Amino acid sequence: MEIIYLLFVVLLAAFLGVELIRKVPATLHTPLMSGSNAISGITLVGALAASGGDSNLLTTILGTAAVALASINVVGGYWVTDRMLGMFKKKAKPGVQK
Amino acid sequence: MNDILTIINFTYVVAAALFIIGLKLLSHPDTARKGNFVSALGMLLAVLITLLDQQIISYHYIVLGFVIGGAVGAWKARTIQMTAMPEMVSLFNGFGGLASLILGWATFAGMDLLTLQTESIFVFVTLLFTILVGGITFSGSVVAWGKLSGKIKAKAFIFKGLRELSVLHLVAIAVVGYLFVTAPSTSLWLYLGIALALSFGLWATISIGGADMPVVIALLNSYSGIAASAAGLATGNTILVVTGLLVGASGLILTSVMCKAMNRSLINVLLSGFAKPVAAGEKIEGEIKVLSAQDAFYVLEAAQAVLVVPGYGMAVAQAQHAVRELQSLLEENGATVDYAIHAVAGRMPGHMNVLLAEADVPYDQLYEMEDVNPRMENYDVVIVIGANDVVNPAAKEMKGSPIYGMPVIEAYRAKTVFVLKRSADAGFAGVDNPLFFKDNTRMVLGDAKDTINSIVREFAEA
Repeated sequence: MEIIYLLFVVLLAAFLGVELIRKVPATLHTPLMSGSNAISGITLVGALAASGGDSNLLTTILGTAAVALASINVVGGYWVTDRMLGMFKKKAKPGVQK
Repeated sequence: MNDILTIINFTYVVAAALFIIGLKLLSHPDTARKGNFVSALGMLLAVLITLLDQQIISYHYIVLGFVIGGAVGAWKARTIQMTAMPEMVSLFNGFGGLASLILGWATFAGMDLLTLQTESIFVFVTLLFTILVGGITFSGSVVAWGKLSGKIKAKAFIFKGLRELSVLHLVAIAVVGYLFVTAPSTSLWLYLGIALALSFGLWATISIGGADMPVVIALLNSYSGIAASAAGLATGNTILVVTGLLVGASGLILTSVMCKAMNRSLINVLLSGFAKPVAAGEKIEGEIKVLSAQDAFYVLEAAQAVLVVPGYGMAVAQAQHAVRELQSLLEENGATVDYAIHAVAGRMPGHMNVLLAEADVPYDQLYEMEDVNPRMENYDVVIVIGANDVVNPAAKEMKGSPIYGMPVIEAYRAKTVFVLKRSADAGFAGVDNPLFFKDNTRMVLGDAKDTINSIVREFAEA
């Protein structure tokens, strides 16, 4: 039953993802990609258990490496996306001085 | 289910909601920054709550990994040039793929003999899938990064037997995959699977030319998400499944946008290295008319409506700030200035938009191809800066051209076209451009930034 339940989640998440992303305008496609870099760093959550769990040496080493790699994505991805999005400005309305 | 586990899973649901709201806010430039923040909040929540997990007994290594990774990520994010974003995104795609691969491997290494014999086949299939997709993503991204940053030749690397090698790889992956799933206690199959995935990613990407890299990055972006999602299936972690798929969907949509903009199928792009070279089409007739920056200024001074079409050459010349300066001068002079961005301009989706945003060009002055083509006749001057294929009329006129059928910005229909270019040879894709030979086209040769700066000086002196 667990498998069927997971497959349901897969199906719904895939459709939701497509509907959400389709609405992102072309002008934001680069921030979208760096932002999804950050989100794919969610592997970090899985890696935490492997890194800090009560397990053999190999698992701990691999888990720690996965934590490090995923952290690069999470920290770097969100940060650079924020830096980029901060640059997008609307045209100042005529007559409005900055 | 004990209490802590319930709390963790409930928090995952909240985190997933934050990711979804974050992506929704990303659909408009005004709210996008807030969306990114909401998404980051979701990530923070998911990570913090996971640390409560009772399986985690030591935090030393977690902190060590996080400090190293976080420092590298922060350093990259702060120092990266906007022109180099495509390289950075491909590198991050690669890290994402590698993280999933290693997580899959760690999950396998953490299983004792009993688990290996009793665990359901579903776990091993998803584990295998994680390792394969993660491996292909990693090595493919490293190649894409190398091509984009000029560390390896951007040209498609083709040799005899490449097709056979690829087919052989797929067969070997299928065989090793079957052996792994049926006899998981032999770790050799896992290691072979990792090696095959890595080398397959390498060959699959190295045979794709530099001009198709936007498609490749978008696709690898999608893979990195799918790998994370598969890792979630293998470890039974729903937040990974959901979130990974959001990324997977995002990459797939961008891939399809890119392919549509080039009027090619994904298969055509991926196998482009195997295609026969196109027979030389018709010879282009006419001569190139060169214009000096000073004369270009006189034309621009009289222009009422100007359209700028940027390409990757603008990024290389770092000309975006000079372009912005020219825009202000033209607007003070009473002209309107619009920008037309082709979906495949630059080296990744939306690359030009970010560069222009960096130079303070308001995003509502940027238009897509479909918006400017119907009113092209109204523009007095179109300035093409470092773009080539995206304004190439051969896509419409020459049946033999490799880009025939690709939708382009029809700059040649404007009253005058200025092409700012280093020299009059073919572009990145190596395709001849009949636009250079049109009666209403003037080539302004030289470094794009220098040219624009000279025009700007002329304005200042006028």
